[in-house]
Amino acid sequence: MGVVLETVNVTRYFGAVKAADDLSVQLAEGQTVGIVGPNGSGKTTFVNLVTGYVKPARGAVRFRGRDITPLTPRQITRLGIARSFQIPQLYLRLSVLENMLLALAIREQQHWDLWRPLKLPARVEEARCLLAQFGFDTGVDQPCAALPEGGRKLLDVALSFALRPSVLLLDEPTSGVSVEDKFAVMDRLMSVVRQSAITAVFIEHDMEVVARYAERVLVFAEGRILADGGPAAVFANPAVRTHVLGEGV
Amino acid sequence: MTLEERSLAAPELAGRRLPRALGLLEASGAVRAAVAVLVVLALVAPLLPGWLLFLLTVAFAKGLVVLGVVLLLRGDLVSFGHGLFYAAGAYTVAFALRWGVPVRDAAPLVLLGTLVATVVAALVGLFIARYRGIFFGMLSTAFTMILYSLLLKLYWLTGGTDGLAARPAGILGLQPAADTLRLTQYYFVLVLTAAVTYGAYRLAASPLGYLMRAIYDNEVRVEYMGASVRQAIYRTYVISGALGGLGGALAAVAVGHVAPDLAYWTSSGEFVFVALFGGAGSVFAPLLGAVVFEFVRNYAFKLSPYTWQLLLGSVLVLVILFAPGGLWSLLERLAQRARGGKRS
Repeated sequence: MGVVLETVNVTRYFGAVKAADDLSVQLAEGQTVGIVGPNGSGKTTFVNLVTGYVKPARGAVRFRGRDITPLTPRQITRLGIARSFQIPQLYLRLSVLENMLLALAIREQQHWDLWRPLKLPARVEEARCLLAQFGFDTGVDQPCAALPEGGRKLLDVALSFALRPSVLLLDEPTSGVSVEDKFAVMDRLMSVVRQSAITAVFIEHDMEVVARYAERVLVFAEGRILADGGPAAVFANPAVRTHVLGEGV
Repeated sequence: MTLEERSLAAPELAGRRLPRALGLLEASGAVRAAVAVLVVLALVAPLLPGWLLFLLTVAFAKGLVVLGVVLLLRGDLVSFGHGLFYAAGAYTVAFALRWGVPVRDAAPLVLLGTLVATVVAALVGLFIARYRGIFFGMLSTAFTMILYSLLLKLYWLTGGTDGLAARPAGILGLQPAADTLRLTQYYFVLVLTAAVTYGAYRLAASPLGYLMRAIYDNEVRVEYMGASVRQAIYRTYVISGALGGLGGALAAVAVGHVAPDLAYWTSSGEFVFVALFGGAGSVFAPLLGAVVFEFVRNYAFKLSPYTWQLLLGSVLVLVILFAPGGLWSLLERLAQRARGGKRS
C-alpha cells in the first residue's frame, strides 16, 4: 500500500505545550488508523496541521508526495482530505437534506450556480442515498438543530464523506454520544468507510472502540509518537499502559 | 421568530411528480399569490390616479434595492451603504442624458445605470468582502459617503446640491404624452421588477443562495467543504449592487431628477429599515415592505409634516415588537391560519 499522507519532522508548540514535536507519520492508502493519547498530547493538533488549520513552525505535510503545508483548509479539502469535528460543524438552520445537498453541490463545483435549484432531482436522490447509508432514513427534512448529538456527529461525518475524500479525519466521532449509542455510531461509520476503501483516521478516548475498529493505532504523548502498531501490540506496550491507560500510576 | 432565525423561502422548484420543465411551475403558495398580485397590479393600473402610480413606481424601484440588501442579510451581512449603488445607477442615467449619449430611451439608460453600479460593486466588493459584522456595515457606509461628498463638491459635473435632471425622451421606443407618462413608467418598472424578483427567487433556491445561508450558520464548515466564503460573499455583493443600481436608475427615470441625497447614509439606512420592515422571509417581502413603507411615509408626512419620522419610527418599533419577521411574517401567519381554518 502506498503512502497517501505523511508529516515530515513537523513541529508546533503552543507556549510551553509541545503539540507536535518533530513528528513524522506516514499513513497508507485504505488504512483505518486510531489515534489515542492523553489530553494535550497533540491529537487534534495533528488533524489541524494536516488540514491546514494550524501551520507548523517547522517540517512539512505531504499528500501523495505533494507538499501541502502552505495550502488553506479549503484547498486541502479540494485535494481530497476531509475532516469531521469534535463539536459537529453543521448548518443548523438548514435541514439535514439541505446540508447534504450543499455538500454535494460543492463537491460537483456547482455551488456558484445561481439559476438552477439546489434541489435538483438527481442530487436529491444521491443525497437521500448517502444519508440513508449513515442511518438517516427518515426525518431528513427536519432542521439539523433538532438532531440529537449522535445524529449530529453522524451527519458531520456524512458531510465530509460526501466530498469523496481520499483521507477522512474524524475528531472524536463518539464524544458526547451516549454509551449505548457509541458502538452503533461507530459501526455505522466504519461500515461506510470500509466500503469506500478510503484512509480513515479517528481520534478516540475509548480504548474499546479503538481496539475494535482500528487496524493501526498511533499513541501520542507530548507531541510525539509513543507507540505505533496493531491494537493488540500497542495496548500490550508497558509505556502505553502506564502513560495512556493509567495502569500502575 | 426573530429576523436571525428567518431565512428566505427555499422554494421547492424541482417537483418530482412533474416533468422537469413543468417542475418550475410547481411553485409555492407565495409565488402563486405574487403572480396574482402582479396581474391585479397590471389590470388596475389604468384606473389608478397619477400620484398613486408614481408612489408605486418609486416603491418598486426602491424595493429592488431592498431586495439586494436582503440577499446580503442572508449571509448575516448588513449593508448600510446601498445608497452607493442607488446613486450610481441614478446618476449614470442623469450623466448620460446631460453629457450627450446618443441614446435617449429609458431602457438602455437603465441598463447602463445597472452596469455601472455592477462595476462599482465589483470594485468595492474586492475590498469589502473580507469583512464581517460592524466592519462590513461601517465600510459600506464609508464608501457611500465618499460618493456623497463627490456628488456634493464636484458642482461643475454633478450640479452639487441642485442635482441633475434625468428625464429620458421615451420608454422602449414609446413617446408617451404627459397624461400617460406615469402609466407607461409604471408598467416599465412593474415588468422589470417582476422579472428581477423572479431571478432573485431562483437565486434564493440555488446553491449560491443556500451557500449564503450556510455562511450565516457556519463559515468554518463552508471552507472545510471546499467552498470559498469570500467568493460567495463577493458574488452576492455584486448581484446586490446590481440590484441597487437598477433600483436607482428606475427611480431616476420615474422622478426625473437626481440629487446627492441618494448617496447620503440616511438613504442607505432607509433600505435597511425597509428590509426589517418587510422582513426577509421571502424575495417578495422587500417589495411588500417598500410599498407599505412608501404609503406610511406619505400619509405620516401628510398627517404630521414636522414629526413624520416619529410616526415611521413608531411603526417600525411596533413591527419589531409584534412581528419580528417583518410584515411578510404577518402574511405567513394569516395564510397559515387560513389553511388551518380550511382543514378544520
